[in-house]
Amino acid sequence: MNKATNVLTVEEAATRASYPLFVPFIMAGDPDEEATISIALSLQEAGAHILELGIPYSDPLADGPLLQRSAQRALKGGMSLKGALRLIRTMREHGLTIPVVVFSYVNPVLRMGEETFVKEAASAGANGVLIPDLPMEESSLISTFAKEKGLSVISLVAPTSAHRIEKIASQARGFLYCVSSLGVTGTRDAFPDEAYAFIRKVKETSTVPVAVGFGISNRRQVELLDGVSDGIVVGSAIMKIVEEQQEALTSSNKADRNQALNEIKTFVSTLISS
Amino acid sequence: MQQIYPDERGRYGDYGGKYVPETLMYALEELEEAFNAAWGDASFHEEYQDILREYAGRETPLTFAGHLTEHLGGAQIYLKREDLLHTGAHKLNNAIGQVLLARRMGKSKIVAETGAGQHGVATATVCAKFGLECKVFMGEEDMERQALNVFRMELLGAEVLPASSGNKTLKDATNEAIRYWVTNVEDTFYLIGSVVGPHPYPMIVRNYQRIIGDETKQQMQTCCGALPDAIAACVGGGSNAIGMFYPFLEDNVKLYGAEAAGMGVHTAQHAATISKGTRGVIHGSLTYLIQDENGQIIEPYSISAGLDYPGIGPEHAHLAESGRVEYTGVTDEESLEALSLLTKKEGILPAIESSHALYLAFEKAKQMDRNERIVICLSGRGDKDVETIRRRMEGESSDE
Ligand SMILES: Cc1ncc(COP(=O)(O)O)c(C=O)c1O
Repeated sequence: MNKATNVLTVEEAATRASYPLFVPFIMAGDPDEEATISIALSLQEAGAHILELGIPYSDPLADGPLLQRSAQRALKGGMSLKGALRLIRTMREHGLTIPVVVFSYVNPVLRMGEETFVKEAASAGANGVLIPDLPMEESSLISTFAKEKGLSVISLVAPTSAHRIEKIASQARGFLYCVSSLGVTGTRDAFPDEAYAFIRKVKETSTVPVAVGFGISNRRQVELLDGVSDGIVVGSAIMKIVEEQQEALTSSNKADRNQALNEIKTFVSTLISS
Repeated sequence: MQQIYPDERGRYGDYGGKYVPETLMYALEELEEAFNAAWGDASFHEEYQDILREYAGRETPLTFAGHLTEHLGGAQIYLKREDLLHTGAHKLNNAIGQVLLARRMGKSKIVAETGAGQHGVATATVCAKFGLECKVFMGEEDMERQALNVFRMELLGAEVLPASSGNKTLKDATNEAIRYWVTNVEDTFYLIGSVVGPHPYPMIVRNYQRIIGDETKQQMQTCCGALPDAIAACVGGGSNAIGMFYPFLEDNVKLYGAEAAGMGVHTAQHAATISKGTRGVIHGSLTYLIQDENGQIIEPYSISAGLDYPGIGPEHAHLAESGRVEYTGVTDEESLEALSLLTKKEGILPAIESSHALYLAFEKAKQMDRNERIVICLSGRGDKDVETIRRRMEGESSDE
């Protein structure tokens, strides 16, 4: 099969999407490589605009227990940054055409070398990078390399960013990832009231689309964010289904696998379809 | 002239910086501002010095180890007695400084991580004294190794929370403490226990520990009218070592850091970060760490919970690279040998952490002249380790 050639940039995909811009996060290699490919394609089919592909890390400081367990499973299966970049190539060969953002903690990226990482990611078919523990003060080198290769470096703003919001928003590329509330990743039933004022403020400041993440798990939250943000990033809620369905997802029986993938698609459609 | 570190980006040469989630960035800015204001304020120093003197028991003595010096037949051995500080280790210097800072910032809740439990005990102690709420994360494995310290923290009114990821040791406790801080950053002060973490922590902790070296310098003048020829300290995250070394960095004094070589640096069971590590980011700071070729952190090992950490403070990474400090691995067995020797010759039972420095210093002393002097930072007392030592000795004799 041919490599997908008609892939949009992150910014194009984010700008063209009507509400909600939907950015699912999945962990590379959980429960295994093949399942990751099928999950990615299912999410595309279900309406994902951009895929965030997580690189498993031994010490994920910004993650709650669910994504920690997910990373551990992927690491046990031998997944690595290199392996995940290979996986993107394979996904492209299997027909994944939405932009892919590589989500990695900074240490695996430094170990590979920032320049090599950007080069390899671009050549594998990635369109952006998001490094949760690389604030703007430390990101100038990777941004320079990324610009050369046409990759978007996705920035995050948090409810505690205060005076930093403007500077971060003015440098944002692709879309701006707005962290909904304090804390680590994981599902939350609702956001604190003050979250909406904060997201509005970010939206006013940002020149690129704003996607809200951390804790989105139900339809009600997505409805409440309509008119406030441009979109949503959903990770833990999807990986929770992956965890529950890990046996089915790796089953040798195709019907079992499809059944599990359908669970994911059904969840997505209850979340985003109008 | 030594350049002044950290620079305005929080770097020590290449090392250091702030590699943390955006949620924490503003808190770090506030912390730096508050620390700089306090450090430049004479009334802060007055309060800090008062508490160190009247509550903590400073200054700590510099003890000449005469018997031991005679036994080894080399340089004269002096011990800087942080083991005599209230709560039994140098950790209290830093806990007091940071609690005073938290109070100035109007924060009434404290979260900390602990390995051996010494930093946890120090933090719980100062929180008890000032009436602050205290939570301490501790690896499950360490809670078992240092059960006595868990009980001490609870007696002091702290809540000890088990960290159950990874090897369940200091690295994992630090991960959990940072995750807790990310969630509660608005009302909680993170009281880090060593010269690690994102800027400004390594600078703050160094400045609160440099009293060790400052006193030593004066005491050497008083007793001997000279600087020591060499100084040795153990290095976990590196706070007692940097506190001891820092005032001597520009002097003609040899500086030796002892890191934990566990079962040996040629095995996979060690925590010898400088000897065996490579560049990378751990807990918010660019430094040396023990990792695999994919940048995944490898679980360290040491008999001593306080040295069982896969990273090292960024300033040590810089001092190793510049060659100003020489870092050497010391095994479990070697440290216990030094522990026995000091206990028998001087009637001082050191912490296993400190015993790593003792072993290294004894080896150096044997090669030095009788008129030379070496100071060892005796970072803590060994009472907390008696159970570990007993098990180890009984285990060894039943193996025979
Ligand atoms: C007695 C003692 N010495 C040394 C250490 C190691 O820490 P650092 O390297 O920060 O001094 C510890 C840590 O718990 C300790 O308890």
